[in-house]
Amino acid sequence: MKSFMIIGQYVPGNSLIHRLDPRTKLIVIFTFVIIVFFANNSWSYGWLTLFALILVLLTRLRIGYILKGITPVWFLIFFTFILHLIITKEGSVLIEIAGFTIHEGGVLQGLTISLRFFLLVLVTSLLTLTTSPMEITDAIEALLGPLKKIKVPVHELALMMSISLRFIPTLLDETEKISKAQASRGVDLRTGSIKDRIYAIVPLLVPLFISAFKRAEELAMAMEARGYRGSEGRTKLRKLQFKSLDFMAMIIYVSIIIIFFSLRN
Amino acid sequence: MMTAIEFRDVYFRYNEDAPWVLKKFNLKIEENETVAIIGHNGSGKSTIAKLANGLLVPQAGDILVNGRKLTASNVWEIRQNIGMVFQNPENQFVGTTVRDDVAFGLENRGIPRKEMIERIHTSLTQVGMENYQNHEPHNLSGGQKQRVAIASVMATYPEILLLDEATSMLDPRGRKEILSTIHDLKEELEITMVMITHDLHEIILTDRVIVMNQGQIYKDTTVDHLFNDYQGLQSIGLSLPLTVELAIELERQYDYQFTTYPLDNEEFLEALWTSNLKE
Repeated sequence: MKSFMIIGQYVPGNSLIHRLDPRTKLIVIFTFVIIVFFANNSWSYGWLTLFALILVLLTRLRIGYILKGITPVWFLIFFTFILHLIITKEGSVLIEIAGFTIHEGGVLQGLTISLRFFLLVLVTSLLTLTTSPMEITDAIEALLGPLKKIKVPVHELALMMSISLRFIPTLLDETEKISKAQASRGVDLRTGSIKDRIYAIVPLLVPLFISAFKRAEELAMAMEARGYRGSEGRTKLRKLQFKSLDFMAMIIYVSIIIIFFSLRN
Repeated sequence: MMTAIEFRDVYFRYNEDAPWVLKKFNLKIEENETVAIIGHNGSGKSTIAKLANGLLVPQAGDILVNGRKLTASNVWEIRQNIGMVFQNPENQFVGTTVRDDVAFGLENRGIPRKEMIERIHTSLTQVGMENYQNHEPHNLSGGQKQRVAIASVMATYPEILLLDEATSMLDPRGRKEILSTIHDLKEELEITMVMITHDLHEIILTDRVIVMNQGQIYKDTTVDHLFNDYQGLQSIGLSLPLTVELAIELERQYDYQFTTYPLDNEEFLEALWTSNLKE
């Protein structure tokens, strides 16, 4: 349960998608998110859906697991569908119930918007499912590298991200310990009204924050003792390298995009 | 022989209202010496390590490392030669995996990647953690984390190793692991080692023992002679190892004579069975 929370949804594996360089995945997904909004007919939507489904199959993850990962979003997708169904007043009237009319345009609009939404969520979740948080951090650092020229502290941000990732399990352990300690002193976290429960979190958060600050201070001292003084003159152990697989993936992806643009109206 | 660390009339306090932690403090640690600095909490022993590493700056007095005076401009350079292991194994683990953590100090020094990989392997082998390269810190025990911390420091080839209560937060097993690791390092390498501790068991490994009390050196002696004045140690709040206490009681009640007080069970056994041979 804990390890599940730590790594988000990441499922280790050795599929084609797993083996891609995280930068490749990041670029593809980022551009895909934009491209989804350019689809304007059933052919282009179909093409993108096909692409997404092939990606899903390539990850070799259980489809059930992937769909479970996007459970919280199902409600939103359904909600947008209903909203568009009711609000859009275009085309011929299909049904009329108690003064509400549902138009043909509404159904169409609702379907396309929720399909868009679904594709976005599905593809981005594939990134977190097949890429470890550390790889994503490295990829972000590498891709944002050029921003260093305009004094964006890219290295510092990446280090902050990796240290936070490293301390998540530590702080979870600590939270558990504190909540047990407070429970033994009579703090009730499980029953009572929502208001009571929110108040009960305070004696949990205060010690957690204090210890987190203490840890931060000690960590800073340990880092200083080990010679850390910012990104200057630093070498890196983790190294990202584009492989032939990445070039192939890129070529295929670009041709998919070209076909997509020829399919739209 | 060169002096590795020297304190000259050092004064230090944490802030202006606080009492002096170190007052006109003088200390010389020679190259390749293994020194234990012991004392009760608040005796100033931890402060010594942080001052030697430039993590704290004294209000007055000079600190010399390898004969060079520690100043704001050369502190980073001097720190490259000093490795420090802290008390809390959790709060000095920077990397997301064992490998990344050992790499951290090397990355800071700008070591090329290829050499880094070699050094990581050698130093992890030194502490017996070579099979844990991709483990995450939350899957390691305290002793293992502390061994990784030692490996991280050793990978940077320090001339001086400071252990600031490195075993105090570990369970007995972890403590044993660390002590045997330190023992092995001492056998293999020529390195100046300063162990700061309040555990009198740990001093077995050392050549010299410095007892701190109220910011001053209370006693500068060797392991063999440390317990000759056991009343003094007890009076400044140090508790004696069980074997020493037992030996003292045997002397008091049964007329045994110990030439040196035994620090662990084996030494105790040795002292007991040879005690009759002398007569």
